[in-house]
Amino acid sequence: MSAGLGGPVSGLAEPGGHGRFAGEPVLSIRDLSVVYRTVAGDVRAVDRVTLDLNAGEVVGLVGESGSGKSTLAYGATRLLRAPALITSGSVRYQGRRMGIPTDVLQLTAEQLAGLRWREIAIVFQSAMNALNPVLNVHDQLTDVIRAHLPVSRQEATQKAAALLDMVGIARARMRSYPHELSGGMRQRVMIAMALATEPEVVIMDEPTTALDVVVQREILGQILELKDRLGFAILFITHDLSLLIELADRIAVMYAGQLMEIGTAQEIHHSPAHPYTKRLLRSFPSLRGPRRDLTGIPGTPPDLLNPPAGCPFLARCSEGTDACKTIEIRLAQVRSALDPAHVTACPFVLPDDAGTVDLDGSAIAAAAEQHSVEELKP
Amino acid sequence: MSSQGTGVAPTGAAPAGLVSAAAARGTLTLAAAGLGKDFRLGHGHVLHAVRDVSIGLYRGAVVALVGESGSGKTTVARLLAGQEHPSAGTIWLDDQPVQLSGRAAFRRYKSEVQLVFQDPFASLNPAHTVRYHIERPLRLHRDRLTREELAEQAAAVMEQVRLSPADKFLAKYPHELSGGQRQRVAFARALAANPRVLLADEPVSMLDVSIRLEMLALLDDLRDRFELAMLYITHDIASARYFADEVLVMYAGQIVDRGPAEDVTQQPAHPYTQLLVRSAPDPDNLGGALREVARQRNQDGNGSANGSSSPPPAGACSFSNRCPFADDRCRAEAPPLLQISPSRAAACWRLDVAAPSVYVRREGGGDITN
Repeated sequence: MSAGLGGPVSGLAEPGGHGRFAGEPVLSIRDLSVVYRTVAGDVRAVDRVTLDLNAGEVVGLVGESGSGKSTLAYGATRLLRAPALITSGSVRYQGRRMGIPTDVLQLTAEQLAGLRWREIAIVFQSAMNALNPVLNVHDQLTDVIRAHLPVSRQEATQKAAALLDMVGIARARMRSYPHELSGGMRQRVMIAMALATEPEVVIMDEPTTALDVVVQREILGQILELKDRLGFAILFITHDLSLLIELADRIAVMYAGQLMEIGTAQEIHHSPAHPYTKRLLRSFPSLRGPRRDLTGIPGTPPDLLNPPAGCPFLARCSEGTDACKTIEIRLAQVRSALDPAHVTACPFVLPDDAGTVDLDGSAIAAAAEQHSVEELKP
Repeated sequence: MSSQGTGVAPTGAAPAGLVSAAAARGTLTLAAAGLGKDFRLGHGHVLHAVRDVSIGLYRGAVVALVGESGSGKTTVARLLAGQEHPSAGTIWLDDQPVQLSGRAAFRRYKSEVQLVFQDPFASLNPAHTVRYHIERPLRLHRDRLTREELAEQAAAVMEQVRLSPADKFLAKYPHELSGGQRQRVAFARALAANPRVLLADEPVSMLDVSIRLEMLALLDDLRDRFELAMLYITHDIASARYFADEVLVMYAGQIVDRGPAEDVTQQPAHPYTQLLVRSAPDPDNLGGALREVARQRNQDGNGSANGSSSPPPAGACSFSNRCPFADDRCRAEAPPLLQISPSRAAACWRLDVAAPSVYVRREGGGDITN
């Protein structure tokens, strides 16, 4: 990137251009599987996940606790340690600064050090734990900058000040320690640190979950604005689907270590295909519009130590059939969708309102025969 | 209220003349008027955590207390639960002023008024089984039970929160349970005391989105079955809309907006309530609204909403430093709760500008009390 911080970056997503990204994938996750090795056996945390993150795009990864969403992100960046083990897959990274694509999973420790932060940065959920309590903001920021960029002490200080301006923290707070900052300000410092070396990919793991709604909203707005300006891509991990619909360009829904559905935010909002996505959408109370009947999702996710055969959501699915007990989960295109990239793991895609009607077995069998999905070509 | 003396029936559950939207459900069970709590911070500084809060909990009804962290919500719950001594104000249980002197009185009060905490990972003792957590309140709050009766009642309480088979769950330790199951145990423990008032402090905010609704539905079912008078504390105003009869919005220790849940969430009167409602995710406005927030904040050029701007001057409206409608009066004099309609009130001098549609109703709704 030739332009400095805050400068316009040409050839990237236009500001405000929501969902219109012709960008090449910067991060291509292919068939990634991660297990946690325990005495009782392997816990299959991430199971053959394939996901692309395009340049300048916000991809939301949504799922409940234990669905493997964080393991997927940390696996793709090689941040996991034993007993976690990557058992299959590849993660191709191609940044604008790097000529040829690299497979993150094949890099040596030294090569990885060059990739992390410089190319791929992470904002963690708990800023209080992620910041060093005995270093002030200035020292933490310049530490990162000098570790990754060939700059002098003065240049690093200037850059730190520019970064604080960018995330909306007064320069006077430069000498503050983490405990002297509010939760929102700490999270802003974390974002400033992640952006310090102008990375191409920023992974955000529930960065605003611990914050008040008002502050959360300000920070999300700021993240979008910075993304528009600097052109990095975001993988945003959360359990809050309503937030993602507003924030993300595309949404990937994860359940029990597998992807259940991928689609644009609009497709997921207006025509969700997978029963799990439909139930998730009906799980949160809305403040606007008429009051709706809320259903929630009774039951709990399966034990990944002994994952059930067939569809992992079957036990909680109101639309399940006998066929679901044996099917092999794979993402297939939703034929009725406007967007060819809208894929679902449920082969029995029913009309949108299907989640609200009780269908008997024959209706589902009929729908299955019509087969509104076709398999995705590799 | 203090002029009436503490022995007088609690008309102070709401400012004079205001009818709670929760009153339609049942009789007034727990009431507080002019409740205040100061914390001494040292060096002569005092934190007014709660100021002049009046609240009424009615049988079979839910009152929601909504606000940001640090607004004093939890302190109100602790005051109502008898875990803090109020610096000002009175609490009544069934028309009787609450006097918690001595262990016996406190225990009697606890068997009527129970508190459920936010974090089921911290509120259960990891060294004890579920059985211990459930049988202890049964022993304390119910009349002498035989061993068989104790086991029977423990199982009954577990069934009430739908943890069945009860025996299987009673034998488990907290770490063997999921977050939702732990919170059910916390509910069961509260129910074991056979209370009439349940104070739930953010009971679902630590849980996954997919099970929050289930837990709220369970709470609603318990409220209905046992005619519990319930206080629901939350920072999620959307859940208050669905779950509560009356919503009280708290800011900086005071109630700034109160009224029927649907009214407060659909027609917020106080500028802070408006900010809260605006901050809820809006799926129908993809990205645009978020970017607007950032743009505005950059224009203002200060960290208006994250507390980095200067605090309001002493005696001023506590929201005046963040309020887009604040004028000289707001910066000089704090507004009391002003009645807008029979069941609605807001603490704002500038309602005519901030919420014109609500203000019209005030003109027709009678005169201002307080």
